[in-house]
Amino acid sequence: MSDFKFETKTFYDALNQNELIGSKCQTCEYVAIPQRYICPACHSEKMERLVFSGKATLAAYTVIYIPPTEMVNAGYDAKHPYCTGIVTLEEGPRMSAQIVGLDLSQPQNIKIGTPLKMTIIERGPEGTSKKVLAFEPA
Amino acid sequence: MTKKLARGVAVVGVGMSKFGAFPDKTSRDLFVEAYQELKTSVQKGFNPNDIEAFYMGNFSSDQFERQGHLAPIVASWIGLSPIASVRIEDACASGGVALRQAVLGIASGQYDVVLVGGLEKMTDLPGAQVTDALASAADTMFEIPAGFTFPGFYAAMATAYMNEHNGDLDALLKVGIKNHVNGALNEKAQFGQTIPDVMAGKVAKAIQKGLPVPEWKDEMDFLRDPKANPMIAWPLRLFDCSPVSDGGAAVLLVAEDLVAKYTDQPIFVIGTGQASDGSLPERASLSHVPSAVGAGEQAYAMAGKTPAEIDFAEVHDCFTIAEIMATEDLGFFKPGEGWKAAMDGKTARDGEKPINTSGGLKAKGHPVGASGVAQVVEVWKQLHGTAGARQLPGTPRIGLTHNVGGTGQTSVVHIFERRF
Ligand SMILES: [Zn+2]
Repeated sequence: MSDFKFETKTFYDALNQNELIGSKCQTCEYVAIPQRYICPACHSEKMERLVFSGKATLAAYTVIYIPPTEMVNAGYDAKHPYCTGIVTLEEGPRMSAQIVGLDLSQPQNIKIGTPLKMTIIERGPEGTSKKVLAFEPA
Repeated sequence: MTKKLARGVAVVGVGMSKFGAFPDKTSRDLFVEAYQELKTSVQKGFNPNDIEAFYMGNFSSDQFERQGHLAPIVASWIGLSPIASVRIEDACASGGVALRQAVLGIASGQYDVVLVGGLEKMTDLPGAQVTDALASAADTMFEIPAGFTFPGFYAAMATAYMNEHNGDLDALLKVGIKNHVNGALNEKAQFGQTIPDVMAGKVAKAIQKGLPVPEWKDEMDFLRDPKANPMIAWPLRLFDCSPVSDGGAAVLLVAEDLVAKYTDQPIFVIGTGQASDGSLPERASLSHVPSAVGAGEQAYAMAGKTPAEIDFAEVHDCFTIAEIMATEDLGFFKPGEGWKAAMDGKTARDGEKPINTSGGLKAKGHPVGASGVAQVVEVWKQLHGTAGARQLPGTPRIGLTHNVGGTGQTSVVHIFERRF
């Protein structure tokens, strides 16, 4: 067994170091994000840490005009919408993330399949902002 | 091997409160209203002391009303203490799962008579806090940080669905129009108005206030107008979303050997199925709900029925796209054909597969924990021929309910048959 920790916090500790991590099953090679203690495919507990390349494509998306409280606090509203989506990582699994750097004036022009790359954004008011996973056009 | 119930279970009574926004009522008040109606619906009457257990679906009285441990309180409020009282929480599927647990409780032989409830009181909280509370039905550690809301999740599924099937977003608007037509015929519905009614109301209001009178060519023109129908989460607009609601619903189940004591007109639960899933990104497909397919397959197998044999269904249209996906997940239409069926009117009351004759969650309202139970109320009415102006012709024999929690982390499906 490696000394890799599988706690939820492990994922965000890595993200704070600009690393997107998950786990790879040493038994069946199943790749999961976030990392898992137990393989969802074969139940093996022989898991190793995997660092994703950050390359992805857009699998599904939306542009949100009525945001939740956290996003309101970050300055978003109906006049300042944001895009969030689900991306397919180069290594296979999918992940939810905010998508930045797209033209949101015509949401129908956003294309599923758009190549993306990972970025880390600061979200929230200065002083209390936090690092958040996001993707932007590659 | 197909699993069967160890003994038969029948619905012998149903009731529901009016759905809507009721500032002066708590969830328990609304449930009492539902229970009182249920009492009048049992053909030969019943003694409340016959009830041996109470299974109650409720998503989050903790967040909405700051009240935990709600089931024993509600049981006491309707005079059922000291029977076993259980609150079931599976987000928006809480009511359907409570029904299933009650069915299994009777089938096991442990109970003969069980009350199923569903209730939610959502409108006391400000809108943003309701959005936050609903978001807690998704993974708050790994999905919500992306900025998702519930309309946002289903909006993303809509983009995946439309992209995969080359669909037309107008199909979403058609679902809303149809469910408002049905809801306008349901006296319990939160929105008792068709879309043309809504349009006429806005025109009348503008005239009354001396404001410029809006002009729309037709319903579609109205629904495409960003002022009349603002975008919530692209491509979902206000009229694609079920409302924030208060309401309660109740169903009385009895073992088959006791049916004759209560009614000569029983509705039997002939199939039940339930499945779970991980969060949305974990699924092989984003354009349908795998757990709903699984729950449906279990229910069909138990009932020995095919999708073609289902006369009508109440499906979980929390958003218009959800109804389109549901009609495919349940096998009524092939993958990629659901949006066309909506466009062609196949799911209207006079279509080949009537869907959401009650108005669905969209028009009837969606008090989260109550929805899965209120679906049974509609199936009961249609099977009894007592659905009034929205009654399906030809007295249907078999109805189905489909109740989904979150984006499909839980799905539960039931099939009912009229046996009289
Ligand atoms: Zn494995």
